[in-house]
Amino acid sequence: MSTSLERRNLLKTSESKTDEIACYERMLEIREFERRTNELFAAGEIRGTTHLCVGEEALNLGLATVLNPDDVIAATYRSHGIALAFGLSPRSVMAEIMGKSTGCAGGIGGSMHMCDSSVGVLPTSAIIGGGMPVAAGAALAFQIQKKKNVAVAYFGDAATNIGAFHESMNLAAIWKLPVIFVINNNVYGEYTRIDLSTPIEDLHIRAESYAMPHAKLDGMDIYAVQSGMQEAIDRARRGDGPTLIEAKTYRFSGHSRADQALYRPEGELEMWQKRDPILVTEQALTKKGLLDTAKIEEMKAKAVATVDAAIVQAKSDPEPTAKDMFSHIFTSQKVG
Amino acid sequence: MRFRQAIVAAMTDEMTADESVIFFGEDVAAAEGPFKTSEGLLDTFGPIRVRDTPISEMAFTGAAVGAAMMGMRPVIEIMFMEFLGVALDALVTEGAKMHYLSNGEYSVPMVVRASCGSGLGFGSQHSQTLENWVAATPGLKVVQPSDAQSAYSLLRASIQDNNPVMFLEPRILYAERGEVDTSLEMELGKARMLQEGSDATVVSLGNMVNVAREAIKESGLSVELIDLATLVPWDRQTVLSSVKKTGRLIVVEESPWSGGWGSEIVSYVASHAFSALKSAPFRITAPDVPVPYSGTLEARYVPTATNVALALKEAVKENKVPQPWWITEGVSK
Repeated sequence: MSTSLERRNLLKTSESKTDEIACYERMLEIREFERRTNELFAAGEIRGTTHLCVGEEALNLGLATVLNPDDVIAATYRSHGIALAFGLSPRSVMAEIMGKSTGCAGGIGGSMHMCDSSVGVLPTSAIIGGGMPVAAGAALAFQIQKKKNVAVAYFGDAATNIGAFHESMNLAAIWKLPVIFVINNNVYGEYTRIDLSTPIEDLHIRAESYAMPHAKLDGMDIYAVQSGMQEAIDRARRGDGPTLIEAKTYRFSGHSRADQALYRPEGELEMWQKRDPILVTEQALTKKGLLDTAKIEEMKAKAVATVDAAIVQAKSDPEPTAKDMFSHIFTSQKVG
Repeated sequence: MRFRQAIVAAMTDEMTADESVIFFGEDVAAAEGPFKTSEGLLDTFGPIRVRDTPISEMAFTGAAVGAAMMGMRPVIEIMFMEFLGVALDALVTEGAKMHYLSNGEYSVPMVVRASCGSGLGFGSQHSQTLENWVAATPGLKVVQPSDAQSAYSLLRASIQDNNPVMFLEPRILYAERGEVDTSLEMELGKARMLQEGSDATVVSLGNMVNVAREAIKESGLSVELIDLATLVPWDRQTVLSSVKKTGRLIVVEESPWSGGWGSEIVSYVASHAFSALKSAPFRITAPDVPVPYSGTLEARYVPTATNVALALKEAVKENKVPQPWWITEGVSK
């Protein structure tokens, strides 16, 4: 079984070059993973809640390929796609969702809490805005330690209305921290369309208040994500401070398992499905001669099999023991 | 040295010993802290390690969490404990959970210093002790010194600890002087037995330790005085063996009557040393009111040595549980 780091490195052919087919394959894996997760919840085989990232695969993969494994990301409860893109195995993510001891957090976290220090995935936060100050702090550590690493705070559109967003942006700007704030503008904050909660359409302009460079990019297109992010990452690594990036995506699912998203305007989902990131990638790769119909079918079948095998494995994996519940409250050692 | 100078000394010694220790907060660098608890630190350690922050507790508390996870040992200052209210998420829901949620992959060695407590006329929003905001958070240690020596030794131990630590400094003590032996180490989770006795055990924390000491003297009784020093995790063993010896427990605390940490102590002792008890254990607390501003009222708000001494005598000589003054005086129920 490959490690998270090996799975992360599969996305690259060299340090600077992405393996485009591997990225497409990982996007298919995430899509299939979320489809099955949804099914398992509906069938009552998973407890609690879940937040699917269908439609956000290009953004997930774009981030996983422009960041190095020793950079860090503070992401959110919509966490499965980020975890899988950054290298976690479908088994460790599914086992975590099922609360099994083989999960990435030992079954202690659940669907909203993915983590893997070997690929820089900080424990994902289930609090809107929770990860932003943490990312700024990680960046502060890199700056003081004179490292070239960067930190990414990854959050939804509605998080731009919470105090932590503004406080973290301000702190990062005055201290010139190597942090990139990435808004995943998937149009909805829980059950509310962003235009009903926020008086501006382009959220990235809020960076102006902090004299911070900012840009928007097409979050449905992995190439646009990569090129848009690269400039921000270069700026951070150079020591020239933070950037606010707004990735325009669309949340194809409801907010969480209970939400059927009946509030969508008619035709909106269908319009965005024409920009489905998997479709966009397929078209690009086909045009480049790297994909054809047969290969697409073969890869989709492989994703189905991979995810199915992970589910079978996770289901048979052991439950955590009562002792595990007490294992990591306090530590005698400094780790990380 | 003064209590506030003991804080500076502990910071200086830890920052000298370990260069991953960094310090930030509001007006802690150039202005050297509104209570002069960081005098000289900027000069000695420079602006990379000693920083002024914007008035953004949420951002800089969370930033301490992130920096700690990446190998630093941040110490931050919350000027008044109440200001932590806007940053509770960062400390309680992020910081105290990271080790658990990462299955042990990340640790969060950070210290949140905050001034707390009444007695200086700062009014309702700047005078609470507020241990009860943080005490029920597994994953977070809670420490409160009662004199210059414990301020020094416990702050050093807190900075060396590999977990998030809430370090509460009774503001009224900043100017108080006391002997400090910088070679004296104190362990988190270990109570201080300040004086031994046979009539009763008094358990206290922070500035109430000093009130209790005075009260014991005034009462003329032989009372064992325990300074809890660390509230989470608290030293059950020391308290239990003392009560088993004296047969009486009185907790003196500055928090309000309801929901205070003393209830935890009384409850544990009642359950685990019941047969050793000669009379019912009880607490002496502040009333269930916000801290009033008027000097006359604020002096009544907090337990006084005279009140505590009277209660001790009633408990030891008559085996009674004294009523709080607001009930005996008929001003409240």
